[in-house]
Amino acid sequence: MNDGSVTPHPADRIHVQVETFDIGAEHARIAALDQGIGAITSFTGLMRNHNEGDAVHAMTLEHYPGMTESALVEIVTAARARWALQAVTVVHRIGRLVPGEPIVLVLAASAHREEAFAACGFIMDYLKTRAPFWKKEETPVGSRWVEARASDDVAAARWSEDPEPDGNTV
Amino acid sequence: MPTLLYFARLRETFGVEREDAPLPSPATVAGLLDALRARGGPWALELAPGRAYRVAVNQRIASADTLIAAADEVALFPPVTGG
Repeated sequence: MNDGSVTPHPADRIHVQVETFDIGAEHARIAALDQGIGAITSFTGLMRNHNEGDAVHAMTLEHYPGMTESALVEIVTAARARWALQAVTVVHRIGRLVPGEPIVLVLAASAHREEAFAACGFIMDYLKTRAPFWKKEETPVGSRWVEARASDDVAAARWSEDPEPDGNTV
Repeated sequence: MPTLLYFARLRETFGVEREDAPLPSPATVAGLLDALRARGGPWALELAPGRAYRVAVNQRIASADTLIAAADEVALFPPVTGG
């Protein structure tokens, strides 16, 4: 019941899924779309085997179905308003992952590299601070929820001349 | 009655995933938070002013004065940690 929902651009692919993804296939989908594309940047986030000084042997990603997808579409829509992009792909996994597995993929395509590099960084910075995903790590001393990092808010704020409040309601 | 959803650490700490909002509608997010804090224990602790958490109404980030109507979906969750 999200009345403010936005529709993804038809050239974009935004997906939340349990299964892994094929970076080559995602890249080929975009490359085949439009011969005006001169640059495709990609970011792949992988699960690390350590965090905050502790070994991590697995992680479970939870999300808010519905809000997650609309938040991702909004982030991509904001990127499209800033840069001339032919296509964007965002794939984010949920469920239980082990070290080395890919978590998230962002591809951004543009005529020139500057826009593609900037859009990829922007989308990741906003995804980290706006999209409702949460990580729970399994460590030798037990399971724990990953805490949000202030450095992620700083990274997202660099895209804004007039940073918005961080969303805390109290 | 509005539906309340809890995610991640808040869901585990409160031991509830979904419930009917314990307040008459219309109300505001601030009014809902007051009603939840009045339960005491982890509710008062986790939702205390200054603690970091988010409230979404109908899947959009809300503020203290956002109105909550009878058919709304309200979610409480910790700051996000995806990517």
